[in-house]
Amino acid sequence: MRYLPLNSEDRADMLTRVDVKNIDALFADIPEAKRLNHDLDLPHRKTEMDVERLLSGLAAKNVAAGSVPFFVGAGAYKHHVPANVDHLIQRSEFLTSYTPYQPEIAQGTLQTIFEFQTQVAGLTAMDVANASMYDGSTATAEAVAMAQRITKRRKAIVSGGLHPHYTETVRTYAGMAGDDALVLPPDVFATEDLGALVDDETSCVVVQNPDFFGNLRDLSELAAHCKAKGALLVAVFTEAVSLGLVQPPGAMGADIVAGEGQSIGNRLNFGGPYVGLFAAKAKYLRQMPGRLCGETVDALGRRGFVLTLSTREQHIRRDKATSNICTNSGLAALAFSIHLTLLGDAGLRRLARINHANAVDLARRLAAVPGVEVLNKTFFNEFTIKIAGDAAVAVERMATAGVLGGVSVSRLLPDKGLDELLLAASTEVNTEADRAAFVQALQGVLKC
Amino acid sequence: MLMQRGKPMVAAETVPEVKTFTGNRGLEIEEGLIFEIGRSENTGVDLDEPAPFEYRLGLLERREPAGLPGLSEPETMRHYVRLSRMNYAIDAGIYPLGSCTMKHNPRLNEAMARLPGFADIHPLQPQSTVQGALELIAELARWLMVMTGMDAVAMSPRAGAHGEACGMMVIKAAIAAKGEGEARKIVLVPESAHGTNPASAAAAGFEVRPVPARADGTIDPAEVQRQLGPAVAAIMLTNPNTCGLFEKDVVEIAAMVHEAGAYFYCDGANFNAIMGKTRPGDLGVDAMHINLHKTFSTPHGGGGPGAGPVVLSPLLAPFAPVPFLRREEGGFRLVEHLSEAQGPFGRIAAFHGQMGMFVRAFAYMLSHGADGLRQAAEDAVLNANYVRAGLKDLMSEPFGDRPCMHEVLFDESWLKATGFTALDFAKALIDEGFHPMTIYFPLVAHGAMLIEPTESESKASLDLFIATLRDLALAALRGETERFDGVPRHAPRCRLDETRAARNPVLKWTKPSA
Amino acid sequence: MPTTHYTKSHEYIRVEGETGIIGITDFAQAQLGDVVFVELPPIGKSLSKGAEAATIESVKAAAEVNVPVSGTVVEVNSALAESPGVVNEDPSGKGWFLKIKLSDAAELDGLMDENAYREFLKSVS
Repeated sequence: MRYLPLNSEDRADMLTRVDVKNIDALFADIPEAKRLNHDLDLPHRKTEMDVERLLSGLAAKNVAAGSVPFFVGAGAYKHHVPANVDHLIQRSEFLTSYTPYQPEIAQGTLQTIFEFQTQVAGLTAMDVANASMYDGSTATAEAVAMAQRITKRRKAIVSGGLHPHYTETVRTYAGMAGDDALVLPPDVFATEDLGALVDDETSCVVVQNPDFFGNLRDLSELAAHCKAKGALLVAVFTEAVSLGLVQPPGAMGADIVAGEGQSIGNRLNFGGPYVGLFAAKAKYLRQMPGRLCGETVDALGRRGFVLTLSTREQHIRRDKATSNICTNSGLAALAFSIHLTLLGDAGLRRLARINHANAVDLARRLAAVPGVEVLNKTFFNEFTIKIAGDAAVAVERMATAGVLGGVSVSRLLPDKGLDELLLAASTEVNTEADRAAFVQALQGVLKC
Repeated sequence: MLMQRGKPMVAAETVPEVKTFTGNRGLEIEEGLIFEIGRSENTGVDLDEPAPFEYRLGLLERREPAGLPGLSEPETMRHYVRLSRMNYAIDAGIYPLGSCTMKHNPRLNEAMARLPGFADIHPLQPQSTVQGALELIAELARWLMVMTGMDAVAMSPRAGAHGEACGMMVIKAAIAAKGEGEARKIVLVPESAHGTNPASAAAAGFEVRPVPARADGTIDPAEVQRQLGPAVAAIMLTNPNTCGLFEKDVVEIAAMVHEAGAYFYCDGANFNAIMGKTRPGDLGVDAMHINLHKTFSTPHGGGGPGAGPVVLSPLLAPFAPVPFLRREEGGFRLVEHLSEAQGPFGRIAAFHGQMGMFVRAFAYMLSHGADGLRQAAEDAVLNANYVRAGLKDLMSEPFGDRPCMHEVLFDESWLKATGFTALDFAKALIDEGFHPMTIYFPLVAHGAMLIEPTESESKASLDLFIATLRDLALAALRGETERFDGVPRHAPRCRLDETRAARNPVLKWTKPSA
Repeated sequence: MPTTHYTKSHEYIRVEGETGIIGITDFAQAQLGDVVFVELPPIGKSLSKGAEAATIESVKAAAEVNVPVSGTVVEVNSALAESPGVVNEDPSGKGWFLKIKLSDAAELDGLMDENAYREFLKSVS
């Protein structure tokens, strides 16, 4: 078998060396009644060619985002990733290396983590960032847990503008810990008054910007309310590219930031693997979950990098750790970092401007369609429209017509009376022709 | 007071320095940070400025730049290629890390994961447009269930620890459904367990109670029986355990755990030793996570991403989180909402799971087939025992002279008189061109050295590894301090000052003041 | 005349009158390695014998300092925030952690004296 180097001669020699008659002697501790005497009821080995044929067949049954006009967002976004990025993350030394616990032979990984942490801190305008979490939703749940640890309070207030999957995740984790999560109803127009709800028992307020419906929110006033009551502001984002053009959470007073980095360097991948970004104020450093990479020197005085402050983590603190996280999203974080290195401030800003320009253009075109209303005053590259009809049905019909025209809000928030709402995202990958095709498809659906 | 023994850092003494103008050493290049190389005005991505348009950002346009340097494509390439050269990798050599299963990462998997039909699909596209993806997930799930003899699998956990937390949350939901949620708050966890076990139990809101190992490194059913009671929700065991031994009383333990009204969670990190040889479901396991990045070869990527699907028994299946797949007449459907099913305890992350890792793991499984998977487990166990045979006359085994499974555990006793530690031994291996084995885990051994070669190592590779370890071991026993002084000396960096990094944390680059 | 008492978990308490100075022994600091961070209790906190008073973090380990006898915290060594390494350099002197006012001097009887601790160390090394 192509991945197994031992041949029968090797095995025979080794069995002799180990001093057993056959391989099953080494499995003798398995109770006899529970040993399998025959191979599992699964297909036999396949050649590389056959595996390719089988999997290509499955892949062909899916509609790839690049093959049709594509406007699906709601927490994951299609962006163009330069060819360089994927090439670099496939280098053996990045792809097949382990967590850098032996820093002397992992400076490649460690330096890229240090650069990543610096980029995330700069992007979010926060003091310190960690080496990544699984994704934005679990990063948010961890942020809430961190706020509970710091404030020693048990009640989190969750904005109705938070991505519904993120809300559900926060609810799950909070519930398990025996904490309360006060979840506000879906806030389509960003009109909820979170500040009024903050009291002496609030650990944190969790709010997303741009929010799930695309609205931009100024968090400064809310940050002041939180501070006055000793609560923390947890700011969340699902579209990292927005930070090229929109005020970052750190500049608006956030205490902890949790976000999704998929938009930069990573493909859609049907939902995973993604990369959770996590940042906080310096004073909360010791309560941060996840790995941290720090600068130091080696015995010869040369600058080097090591994982540090590990005593917060599970392998040392066990049940008292700040989190149970072990594996994070290393390679996805590297892809994020490489793409951001290629972009730089200038490139990121231009990319963000193009995203916003395309979305503004799309909104203008959609608003001109009879039966369609654009609900947002402000947005970055995604906004909500209300249509004269069921949005889920419309999305299905547009798909049949060869256009992936956004996400119905009801897909994530069923039975909330929001069935006529549709989220439309427009990134740099759309062309004018794509946007025209979307409009045409939607018009076609609304006429029936 | 002490939860774990710390090891003092020792600075290198004299290390012969090769002075060059650049500080480079041949192919090994000293590479600065992107912040020292790049400039904010530069960019390596060509994008056309949009025609003038009116912003719809309200007053929230970003005022201060992020301070991110841009590098052209050639500069970017050089930067990362040079950095990569400072990394050890499986593709370059053995990673004998116990409990990590650092096997070969097939490139076919990478190619398959990058097919646009898998990589370029959005989790929230209409389900009718992603039936091929759902079918792959369903097939992968089926393989996992057949291999483990279990009835259901939660595919959404993003990593092993996430899977552990998920499994414990499923158990918590099952207990609550029986009305015992207030009573059963304790989880029994062996002292030898991986740190994620107690951390995950705590994340699910349980209290952790340790179970000691007996002299031979396995769990004593009598000790378990002593601890079981109406307040215990579950036991978390690793099997084979973290000492590389099969828990031979596992069936008896499972029975008494069930008898006491509790559940048996199994940490599947060591599944590589038993796949195709026995099934956890047959051993009485109720829930077990599988690390796709260990047993099923998805790449470690310098720390992730992983995936940790959790197989479940029929009793626990109803409580699996959303989303999960249902096979219906037209094809497959993801059930995404709690309103659509009775029982799921909730959602543990956004979207559906680590599709990228599913494709890779599935390609691996298809390539091996039932026969190949069994062969892989057998080779893994044979390789570990071969290493043991080559070293046991020199290195001490904490639990006696007995065969191991896929990993072999030594401790520090044989080094005691020498004054050298497991750490010195491990760092000396680096100069020899090997990544060190796992050290100081599991905690039940003093100065543990846990070696897991995996089935990917050829006999020749193992022979060299064993010979090297023997040479170092003999040097240590002979008191040859020069072999261990200031090691490693040939790696891109010598021993790093971890104390300084922790006492004065510098976690990002800041512009030096002029 | 101050008297020093030791616990099996390597804390010491140096008692003079009603006050006791608490720290960790030289053996403990050597086991832990370089101390990087110390968390001390608030002044006025009352602790019963064996309760967790402080946490120490070294590079590779974390440990709790438990009070050998019951009392109320009257002073803490805030110099450790800036220089945690003092715990390694001078554990019995400048590396002290906290001072308590004893609530029950009789509890000292359960602890080891200097000689007993030295004997105890022989058995654990």
